[in-house]
Amino acid sequence: MATINHADIQKNIRSKVIKNAVLKWLFFLATMVGLVFLVLLFYRILTQGIGFFSLDYILSFPAPYPEEAGIFAGLMGSIGLMLIVAPVSVIIGVSTALYIEEYAKKNKMTSFIQANIQNLAGVPSIVFGLLGLTFFVYMFNFGYTLIAGGLTMALLILPVIVVAAQESIRSIPVELKEASYGMGATKWQTIRRVVIPAALPGMLTGTILALSRAIGETAPLIIVGAATAIYTTPDSIFSRYTAMPIQIFNWTSRPQEEWQYVAGAGIIVLLIVLLAMNAIAVFIRNKFQKRL
Amino acid sequence: MNVSLKDKKNTKQSHSSPKLANLNQERTSPLRASETQDHVFEIDKLNLWYGQEQALYDIDMEIPENQVTAIIGPSGCGKSTFIKTLNRMVEMVPIVRTSGSIKYKSRNIFDRKYEVEDLRTKVGMVFQNPNPFPKSIYENVAYGPRIHGIKKKELLDEIVEKSLKDAAIWDEVKDRLNENAYGVSGGQQQRICIARALAIEPDVILMDEPTSALDPISTLKVEELVQELKKKYSIVIVTHNMQQAARISDKTGFFLNGELVEFADTNDVFSNPQDKRTEDYITGRFG
Ligand SMILES: Nc1ncnc2c1ncn2[C@@H]1O[C@H](COP(=O)(O)OP(=O)(O)O)[C@@H](O)[C@H]1O
Ligand SMILES: [Mg+2]
Repeated sequence: MATINHADIQKNIRSKVIKNAVLKWLFFLATMVGLVFLVLLFYRILTQGIGFFSLDYILSFPAPYPEEAGIFAGLMGSIGLMLIVAPVSVIIGVSTALYIEEYAKKNKMTSFIQANIQNLAGVPSIVFGLLGLTFFVYMFNFGYTLIAGGLTMALLILPVIVVAAQESIRSIPVELKEASYGMGATKWQTIRRVVIPAALPGMLTGTILALSRAIGETAPLIIVGAATAIYTTPDSIFSRYTAMPIQIFNWTSRPQEEWQYVAGAGIIVLLIVLLAMNAIAVFIRNKFQKRL
Repeated sequence: MNVSLKDKKNTKQSHSSPKLANLNQERTSPLRASETQDHVFEIDKLNLWYGQEQALYDIDMEIPENQVTAIIGPSGCGKSTFIKTLNRMVEMVPIVRTSGSIKYKSRNIFDRKYEVEDLRTKVGMVFQNPNPFPKSIYENVAYGPRIHGIKKKELLDEIVEKSLKDAAIWDEVKDRLNENAYGVSGGQQQRICIARALAIEPDVILMDEPTSALDPISTLKVEELVQELKKKYSIVIVTHNMQQAARISDKTGFFLNGELVEFADTNDVFSNPQDKRTEDYITGRFG
């Protein structure tokens, strides 16, 4: 007796084909849900914010009247934070990844460290805020300054950068490393000339994603004492500061409708900064690939 | 060692001395050849384990200078493991343990004080699959000289040109040195990799199935190149292709299950194998 009953299959095939078509449309709808809400979001932000968005808005400090308010303090604060977060987290993160992937022996200790880095990536940001408050604000006595905020944010995104860097290091074909070692290169020479150039695009992408997360974070900054309204820009790493998401949050919590529009304009600025960061990443990546 | 080295030089210079003439006769006799031959590697009771799995058993072997030594055997018999032991690349696998000794020019490469970087500068390697860096052809060949501290542009230019010429690829790539090495054919990539290995002026070149990923014409080019290179270098080449071993090598070692079954002049191995297992393998009864 044949195992496959062709007559039966023919009877049932119609319903299978229909099921397939239905599922295809369901999946398509699911995709659309995300897309539609994204478009709605952009539409709302643009229509609400564009009226207040201007060069004046970008260059003004917070003010008691919506028409006069601007995001300059937050913008400069966020840029100042990134100038601390980016180098600190990249240097420590990439070094950690290089150590674990290239130098460390694969033993229990290494896998313990590995597991904990992955766990850290999932810790809520507010916990990092508390950590920053304990260490940077009080113990190191930095107070409510830019450096305390920057280091807290650097810690927050460090696990993400480590994991991204590790993945891009691991994706390098072992044949390339063998070629280098086979010519008598040391580990460091191989890392500098083969591993880092090949892993750089992946590392950059991970870093930019992590920085994008940092630039939108609010909770940990509030805990380590970012100001809500401030009328100066930070002029050193020991200045008081505020950040864009904190100002935006502050405006949205006011009852008058105009403030919602001011907040909308703030979100536009935040999105522009994000796009600029991505553009920089793409630029660096292309430059490096040409040099290879 | 030293004595025989001197003798060898003398034989080249003069044939007048009766003693040397005598020695010369000995050298032409295949049976005595190994006694007067200089060796780059002297391998003594080499055992190797991957964790608990033993991969090489009591290998004793002497690899001659300025000749081509072929390593043949069925896949999984330990050819790659063996050849990678000669420049300690096998240690890239962390679980590897070895015992016994390998003397390169009379010095044990397993000696704690022997830096692998030093060894690998003298014992270069060409891999099974062409593995150029994702850089320009020029940068690929200049890589070795650069890591060994050569910075001067003119000197690098000179080394790159000479290495590419020695690897018989110069004419094909001289107008595209700054193009990415991935842009040329697999056979050309492999010869660029050979040029890259030559650029550090090694003494020995290890080749692990260098033609197994290449088409027949590229294979032929690499084989011709090997014949040319043996004038200046000692070559150890792994191949699963017995015709190739017969065509290009002076000596052949047959590995089976991690043991060196037979090691002799290539002609003898193929025409008059001493071991039944060698005979079975070369006549195609297994493998
Ligand atoms: N990285 C490794 N880890 C564990 N065992 C290995 C490894 N590489 C090779 N071996 C084992 O060593 C033996 C010889 O392998 P190999 O030297 O690659 O053989 P060949 O090159 O002759 O095909 C095989 O049994 C293989 O399974
Ligand atoms: Mg092999």
